[in-house]
Amino acid sequence: MTVLTAPPEQPRTGPGAPAPGRRGSRSRTGRSLRGGPVTYTVLILAVLVSAFPFYWTLVAASRSNADLARVPPALLPGPDLFRNIDAVLAEADIGTALLNSLIVSGSVTAGTVLCCTLAGFAFAKLRFRGRGALLALTVGTMMIPPQLGVIPLFMVIAELGWVNQLQSVILPGLVSAFGVFFMRQFLAQSLPDELIEAARVDGASTARIFWSIVVPVARPGMAVLGLLTFMTAWNDFFWPVVALSSQNPTVQVALRQLGGGYVHDQSVIMAGTLLGTLPVLLVFGLLGRAIVGGIMQGAVKG
Amino acid sequence: MTLTAPAGTAAAARPSLVRRAWRTASPYAFLAPFFTLFTAFGLFPLLYTAFVSLYRVELQTPGEMEWRGLGNYTALFADDFFWLSLRNTFTIGVLSTVPQLAMALGLAHLLNYRLRGRTFFRTAMLLPYATSVAAATLVFAQLFGRDFGVVNYLLGLAGVDPVDWGTGTVASQFAVSTIVIWRWTGYNALIYLAGMQTIPAELYEAAEMDGASRWRQFVHVTLPGLRPTIVFTAVVSTIGATQLFGEPLLFEGSISGGISHQYQTLGLYLYEQGWGFFHLGRAAAVAWVMFLLIVVVVGANALIARRRSRTEAGR
Repeated sequence: MTVLTAPPEQPRTGPGAPAPGRRGSRSRTGRSLRGGPVTYTVLILAVLVSAFPFYWTLVAASRSNADLARVPPALLPGPDLFRNIDAVLAEADIGTALLNSLIVSGSVTAGTVLCCTLAGFAFAKLRFRGRGALLALTVGTMMIPPQLGVIPLFMVIAELGWVNQLQSVILPGLVSAFGVFFMRQFLAQSLPDELIEAARVDGASTARIFWSIVVPVARPGMAVLGLLTFMTAWNDFFWPVVALSSQNPTVQVALRQLGGGYVHDQSVIMAGTLLGTLPVLLVFGLLGRAIVGGIMQGAVKG
Repeated sequence: MTLTAPAGTAAAARPSLVRRAWRTASPYAFLAPFFTLFTAFGLFPLLYTAFVSLYRVELQTPGEMEWRGLGNYTALFADDFFWLSLRNTFTIGVLSTVPQLAMALGLAHLLNYRLRGRTFFRTAMLLPYATSVAAATLVFAQLFGRDFGVVNYLLGLAGVDPVDWGTGTVASQFAVSTIVIWRWTGYNALIYLAGMQTIPAELYEAAEMDGASRWRQFVHVTLPGLRPTIVFTAVVSTIGATQLFGEPLLFEGSISGGISHQYQTLGLYLYEQGWGFFHLGRAAAVAWVMFLLIVVVVGANALIARRRSRTEAGR
């Protein structure tokens, strides 16, 4: 909370320090005062707090269990990483879990992006009866957590005999009201009506217009939606825990198993956590900038 | 809503009947995949929950339903643990949401300065968001360990006696809230930052000319400009807080949220009813109570927001 009340930084060098010319050339909104030492100190502290649990996962996963039961606690990585990974692969079948998570998150991402782009395009650029009502229905349910529907969903899945099968997680995962809204906003802003009109005059069908005009324009939005969807799908917890079990787990289900007291070796649990987090961290490391941009864009548009 | 030319005007020369029919129908074809899934796996389960909550349904035989009327609800309201979990949901919600948003606001303010390595700072702040609830909770459970946890070790350096983070109500709720705060502060900071960047620079220049201090600029320019964003994040975080499940479940791996249910949330209580005690009907009643809770929260928020903007307009 001190972050909030602390005066941002030391007094600037002069009354009008940041040259107005430079400010004007960058953008006409927001502020562009230079950050001082206090700003950097606080931000670096925040980064350390953000990163420490990751670092500590690595430390704990590379130590023996005896090392972890010691005061002062170990703060540097040790030599046991691969031994612990072997143990967790044997005890919790993280290998299957990783593969399953990849299948689930991949299919959910592809399906969601396609469905949402189709629907988003219709909402943004096509005229039809009931458009307002359908959009209101979509946006209105955006805020309602899917968790509230798990009981009937489970009953349906059980009737279909899908418990413990991946499609029970994939199909419900495809429903993203947010995605539809996101693609609608994206296309409403970046797809000029004239482009569609011109194609119509040339006699192109709506389907043709979709594939050869809408999709290319929508690609940046689809990429961002895909990234966010992938991370959400990979990290989804409640429904997979309900619908799957340790016989056919995703990573999160396997982690729940690990944390549920079946494995007592803390360093083995941490090795599992490390393996389960690594893929998203990899995605994040490669595409973090795009994800940051996507979240900030979504915030402004939403 | 800035839609222009309707699809089927005189633009195309004279389409055949089939093509005209397709043109009227095609928008629905575009919507069909989403709405089919949405109806089957989104809307239907949500509404059907209310229906199920009036029946006795067992986990092992989800096909057999026996009418119970409001029986599930009376059983719920007679259960002390239900009220306890409702209270826990509220206290953990406040403990996690308020500091989270306040810190996010502060961080966003700092990120809004011109910085070296700003992409690095932004990305690093968002790192916790990339982890799953499960992974984060397992790690924090160890950091908060009573005997060998890093948190107690650090407290010990500062001369504080070790805290048993699992047992006490306040301590355990604080620990659970910490996980939520850690995961979501950076995310909210970025959303605030995006909002701050849309505030016109002239407002700050004018305030500066009037001799307003940095702090007064923050209070009188930044905060009012961010109001819609703040309302949005408050609503989203509050809804998230009503749904809290993974953190309390995995903090100690117990489905009851601690020995004396000291940090059991409604989400966990729902899971315990359904998948611990096999009462799907009663779990559905919990879900419906949670839904009403959200309606109240969102409604109250909308009301406050509207009243505030009205008083401001009247000024």
